[in-house]
Amino acid sequence: MRTHHLFLVLFCGFLILSCSPEHSNIENILIKGSDTEVNLALSLAETYMAKDPNISIAVTGGGSGAGIAALINGKTEIANSSREMKEEEIELANKRGVEPMPIVFAVDALALAVNKDSKIDSITIEQLGAIFRGEITNWKDLGGDDMKISLYGRQSNSGTFVYFRDNILKADYSRDLKQMNGTAQMVEGIKSDPAGIGYVGVGYVVQEDGSVIEGVKILKVKETAEAQAFSPAISENITNGDYPIVRPLFQYTNGHPQGKLRDFVLYCLGVEGQKIVQDNGFYPVSKKYWAQNEKILNFSYADTLPR
Amino acid sequence: MQTRYLADKAVRVIFFSAALVSVLILLGIFGMLFINGIRAFSEIGIGEFFFTSNWNPSAYKEPSYGILSMIVSTFLVTVGAMLIAVPLGIGTAAYLAEVAPERVRLFLKPTIELLAAIPSVAVGFIGIVLVGPFIAKVFGLNNGLTALNGSILLAIMSLPTIITVAEDAIRAVPNSFKEGSYALGANKWLTLVRVILPASYSGIIAAIILGMGRAIGETMTVLMATGNATAMPEGFFDPVRTMTATIAIELGEVPYGTTHYYALFAVGALLFLISLVINLIAENLASKYRYKA
Repeated sequence: MRTHHLFLVLFCGFLILSCSPEHSNIENILIKGSDTEVNLALSLAETYMAKDPNISIAVTGGGSGAGIAALINGKTEIANSSREMKEEEIELANKRGVEPMPIVFAVDALALAVNKDSKIDSITIEQLGAIFRGEITNWKDLGGDDMKISLYGRQSNSGTFVYFRDNILKADYSRDLKQMNGTAQMVEGIKSDPAGIGYVGVGYVVQEDGSVIEGVKILKVKETAEAQAFSPAISENITNGDYPIVRPLFQYTNGHPQGKLRDFVLYCLGVEGQKIVQDNGFYPVSKKYWAQNEKILNFSYADTLPR
Repeated sequence: MQTRYLADKAVRVIFFSAALVSVLILLGIFGMLFINGIRAFSEIGIGEFFFTSNWNPSAYKEPSYGILSMIVSTFLVTVGAMLIAVPLGIGTAAYLAEVAPERVRLFLKPTIELLAAIPSVAVGFIGIVLVGPFIAKVFGLNNGLTALNGSILLAIMSLPTIITVAEDAIRAVPNSFKEGSYALGANKWLTLVRVILPASYSGIIAAIILGMGRAIGETMTVLMATGNATAMPEGFFDPVRTMTATIAIELGEVPYGTTHYYALFAVGALLFLISLVINLIAENLASKYRYKA
């Protein structure tokens, strides 16, 4: 009995000794935030961890708001956010000694999804705002069937919720907006609701070959009534800047990233990282964000990342 | 003798501190909810908080903190759930206790109790893909993410509680009551409805109250299945956003120490008070009508 115990103790001690020196070299990076970005962040983290075994990256969702709150509270290295931080948030962060750095690592386009039986094909930005503000309430006002419009959106912790409100509505949402718990639930709702409309990331509803998932229809969007309508299902429309509802996706860090954290962020912005961005249904960082990224990360797109 | 006395005393102390811990935890939660909740009212008027219905703390311009539609929503969903679950639950309990043959009972009872083991996320998902679309079809609505959807799901979730507790209460009625009723010429139905059910009144009330508590506090299912629109509901066919869902949605993103944060605690404190009052009423009713055997 006694020898038994002795062996157990020795064995445990051996385990601890053999593990600890190896583990001490591993650097942990925590990424938290946007549900829109969570799958993309996971693919980036997985491929990067395969290249560098001395780094461990954990990715969790929870919404942009949750990621930003974690950054402010010092509980994450990278906050993924699908919206810019608000001024109050930056102030609060500064007060707590955190200096948020907005790195743009991908561009996302929002698609307007309706039920597959909808008679509507295209819509203007202004009509969209009016619909979600609750000013247009019946599809017949837009040339559709006589049905009350049924609004689907995300919850207020979603960056998409805030982006859409601040850029398209420029006012509060109609109080009849159904606030769904995630994009998947929203799409399920619209599939079974002939009067439904909701905003979702293009990557979620358009497959790699450019076809739209079953049960929903994607509206073409035009800036004004006279302008040409563009579909987000055609990726050229987005990369050319023709499709109007696009937004940058952010990785917020505390101060200029250093060491392994900087290596990882640079990997995300590099050729391979941007390829993964596209594989996940998003679009590469457009040139207008390059200068901002170069300044934060102290590198040059021209030298280090030939494309 | 001395050791026996000491052991006795030690055991008493251990059990007393165990009881004390749960009481302290309860008081701690109570205190935390109220201390944080009360701070909300330094910036929000009490009238605005309780009697206006516009809840929009992260508004585009001016935030507003009215919880009236949340309170109405919570009660709408709960009352609906009870309207479905109480007749079903009491009926099942009476059947199990008085009518069902032993073999059927042995099969039915564990099956019903298994209902309680289904995670609330799974129930919510069923609400989105199955019950919701079904409701929409039956009532000719465009979508089924309504208060009714939540009521049906919560009814299912509170059934095991109601049935188990009510069945125990019905079984506890002494045989002499039944025998007396039969001796006076009553048949089985009359005996059940006029004698046994009234005699087990207190236990049945307790069952209903416990089921109601389950329904009021349930979060995930209503969060997923009722649409969460903040507008004041006009009936069972409107989407609703309950108090629990609001706390669950917003607490994760709210910065500590803001008005919004304290307002969520105030909602939590109110929820706590509601269940406290319900429980007190139940205790009171149950003891008032308890039959003296």
